[in-house]
Amino acid sequence: MKRTGLLSFLIIFIGVIFIVRLFYLQVLDNTFNTPTLNNSAVKVMYDYPERGYVFDRNGILLVANQLSYDVMVIPREVKPMDTIAFCALLKITKEEFIEKIARASRYSTRIPSTFLQQVSKDDYASLQEILYKFKGFYIQKRSLREYPKRSAANVLGYISEVNETMINNNPKYHLGELIGTAGVEKSYEEVLRGTKGVKFIQRDRFNKEIGSFKNGLYDTLPISGNDITLTIDAVLQQYGEALMANKRGGIVAIEPSTGEILAMVSMPTYDPNLMVGRDRSKNFTKLYLDSVSKPLLDRGLQAQYPPGSPFKVISALVAMQENVITTGSSIQCFGGYKYGSGKGSFMKCHCETGGAPVALNIAIYRSCNSYFANAYRKTIDKFPTPTEGVNVWGKHAESFGLGNYLDNDLSVGQKGNIPNGNLYNKIYPNGRWRSTATISNSIGQGEVLTTPIQLANMTAAIANEGFYFIPHIAKKIKGRPLDKKFTTPIYTTIDKKHFKPVIEGLFDVFENPRGTARGSRVEGLEISGKTGTSENPHGQDHSIFIAFAPKDNPKIAIAVFVENGYWGSRWAGPIATLMIEKYLTGKIGRPLIEERMLKGSIQEEYDKQLK
Amino acid sequence: MRSRKDNIFHGIDWILVLFYFVFIFLGWINIYAATISENQYDLLNFTTEYGKQLIWIGFSIPIILLILMFEAKFYEKYAVIIYVSFLALLAGLFVFGKNINGSTSWYAIGNFSLQPSEFAKAATALAIAKLVSDKMFNLKKLNTQMQALLLLFFPAILIILQPDPGSALVYGAFIFVLYREGLPFYYITVGFIALFLFVITLILGFEVTLISSLVLFICILLYFIFYRPRAFRKGWIKIIGIYLMSALFIFSVDLVFNHVFKQHHRDRFDIILGKTVDMKGVGYNTDQSVTTIASGGFFGKGFLEGERTQGNFVPEQKTDYIFTTVGEEWGFVGSAFVILLFMAFLLRIISRAEQQKAKFSRIYGYSIVAIFFMHFVINIGMVIGLVPTIGIPLPFFSYGGSALWGFTVLLFIFIRLDANKTYEW
Repeated sequence: MKRTGLLSFLIIFIGVIFIVRLFYLQVLDNTFNTPTLNNSAVKVMYDYPERGYVFDRNGILLVANQLSYDVMVIPREVKPMDTIAFCALLKITKEEFIEKIARASRYSTRIPSTFLQQVSKDDYASLQEILYKFKGFYIQKRSLREYPKRSAANVLGYISEVNETMINNNPKYHLGELIGTAGVEKSYEEVLRGTKGVKFIQRDRFNKEIGSFKNGLYDTLPISGNDITLTIDAVLQQYGEALMANKRGGIVAIEPSTGEILAMVSMPTYDPNLMVGRDRSKNFTKLYLDSVSKPLLDRGLQAQYPPGSPFKVISALVAMQENVITTGSSIQCFGGYKYGSGKGSFMKCHCETGGAPVALNIAIYRSCNSYFANAYRKTIDKFPTPTEGVNVWGKHAESFGLGNYLDNDLSVGQKGNIPNGNLYNKIYPNGRWRSTATISNSIGQGEVLTTPIQLANMTAAIANEGFYFIPHIAKKIKGRPLDKKFTTPIYTTIDKKHFKPVIEGLFDVFENPRGTARGSRVEGLEISGKTGTSENPHGQDHSIFIAFAPKDNPKIAIAVFVENGYWGSRWAGPIATLMIEKYLTGKIGRPLIEERMLKGSIQEEYDKQLK
Repeated sequence: MRSRKDNIFHGIDWILVLFYFVFIFLGWINIYAATISENQYDLLNFTTEYGKQLIWIGFSIPIILLILMFEAKFYEKYAVIIYVSFLALLAGLFVFGKNINGSTSWYAIGNFSLQPSEFAKAATALAIAKLVSDKMFNLKKLNTQMQALLLLFFPAILIILQPDPGSALVYGAFIFVLYREGLPFYYITVGFIALFLFVITLILGFEVTLISSLVLFICILLYFIFYRPRAFRKGWIKIIGIYLMSALFIFSVDLVFNHVFKQHHRDRFDIILGKTVDMKGVGYNTDQSVTTIASGGFFGKGFLEGERTQGNFVPEQKTDYIFTTVGEEWGFVGSAFVILLFMAFLLRIISRAEQQKAKFSRIYGYSIVAIFFMHFVINIGMVIGLVPTIGIPLPFFSYGGSALWGFTVLLFIFIRLDANKTYEW
């Protein structure tokens, strides 16, 4: 190499190395351009929108927001100050002040912590003017949920802080933010939440904020959440809750022509306001740990009971659809149904018809077990094997929305159970079983389980003579149409013609002098319904009632479960008819019954179970 | 001669002058971006850093005119006096100097301070040019080599003692000048081998380096024994000698590194060699500067749009780390352009130097190329994470009056000398 060339060579050599290195850093290596890089220079601050309001079907406010003011403190920034004046301002003692500061410092001296929660509006006004004198303190506005009606906790649900899983799975949420975790708050979280505003703030290397990032070019304003109108009738809901006082169980009322849920009562319940504010977690824990009355269990959706007699209607409809009985075909009942040669093969019946021919109409209003057992057996035996028979029968029952999730806009409930042939093949291996082994299904016992909402929906399907809409809770959502699946009718597998005689029978439950719900008859209202008494292994029988009214063009279909309520017409029947009366007429013409229901308690029965 | 008396600009290389003003302009807008803060857009606010830099740029004009006014001969004639007086100024720091950031490198006059080491580079370049251009001077001889090295040693040792080892390192650049003027190549070879062994020893540890070099050495020895027996017989002492020297060097590197270097020096090497990862402590500067440059991407974020620059994430960004601003706001396009500009500038000076008839001018030209090159390599190498942290400024870009004037003097003396290249004097 010539002596003159060495330095020139090195200049070019090093220059090329530098350019290659720069190309690698700035163009090829993407690890430097990840979001974390930007985060170190730019701080993101969120501006929280107001959550949407929730109204009932008549515009009564169910969920609102209340402003709350918290005094926050950053211990590190607190400067010597007039502590006495400060304490007087916040109406706390000096000892409290010292204790609160110590607690905040223990948590972190740099991160703001809540010094005093929920200062009243009046205090806020005076505080705001003078707080600048006290360095390190500031006021944070929060929007809290408020439930003015103090009812329908199970429907409305509640909001809580997002958990870690949610944060990891959904980048929209950050630590400390609120999310609907139950009820409508959860199922319509997207609607109610709104969009939070974002502010980008430029920071220097000491994390000191030095102004807005690019003069707020990327900043956005918060957009408030949308309001929701529910299908719930607040008056009816509250009335139902009052009627169910001191009882356990659920009421679900549906408008058959739309599938709108008018009321969904679960007892015992709680004041939804307990889930808000300072004592939220204490209250929640208390409710959560109450394993006796289970207030957080939404019995309307989640409690599965054997449906009992109301289910007989399905047995009859299926038998007619399969052409094994007609409205005229009758049987005789002598206090029970003998379905085998063994001594135990006998199903008791309380229809007290004393051997007179029992046809469909009488069978329904007298709730004759023998009649429906017979109809069921005939249905199953129509098919070459009982497996097939039970499967066909089950398909018909399932077409009423039973035995499966409803797939609606409420918390996921329970499936209930409609047995199929395979279940019995498992119970009786080698296929050694016949229709009689499953005979209890005919009267809604045995393996059949339903939830109150399923039973209410079944009632609506009967009232509509063969179709239903998926029961749903949202009536109107601002700014977006209702889900199509809620406005599309679902047809049962039973022909329309078979419903007429059944409905007549249900009508006679009230109208016939010997009808099982004669005592709950309401003058001037054409109610059709069915009592039910379901045996259960935990204790006293459950009291069940389904009804719809008016008979023609029904406006309300209802199912009532009262746990351990002895028999259908004792609690569930009066409650169901009072609800119907309240909804259709707006007043109650049977004050005695009403008072008995409002004041009645079955606590004694529940206490027995604890012993 | 006549025309030159009338016009001090006669014969000067306008291309170099253009380079100078382009650098000054680019440097200033990046200083502006690095030091501007919100709510403060006043261009002529002279309390701000970019305002002060503007003043220094303004003052460099009379300095340039002053330099150009002197005859080229003046610089050759008074080279020794200039050199000696700057040695005196450097020495005087130990008595009158002001300590800023731990080094006593400054003379303070009121609230204005000057750093003589920035000007001593020009003085040393003049002295070397004067010494080596002597017709009797022969760099093949050991005693003349020693004279040149001694001449470099004085300013370097005075600067090291300030202590400012980074600035002293720049004097190593003169090895290229001496090589150009006849210093035997093995100085360069030995220099590079030493650098290579130094880095390898630090990475692998001295035991491994010693053993692996022994293996290599035995292989070479066997090659000579079996394939070049004659050469082996003649030169075996040399080969073994070289190995023993290398082994001694490897050993002493370890010794110096672990016992002479201070911890912060060791840390800086370890960071660059990837032996320690510490993004918040000693590695903070390098990490921040590399990250900031990388965040610029291909096209950069735009003037005043670099949030890491605006957020002052890089320490000393306006001085030693000014190139990070270029990297972030102007991206690969801008930073590669600056690199190319520097390459073109340096090559331009070399080509002008080679055209000098006067040996003095050529040697001076080479000296300033070597000095600029050293600053360029160390500064940008440090900023992009290839060279350990050594705080020296990027010529014409970095904030600071002394540095700017020092480089201005360095360049314009050459422009002055170059303007006279066609005249015998």
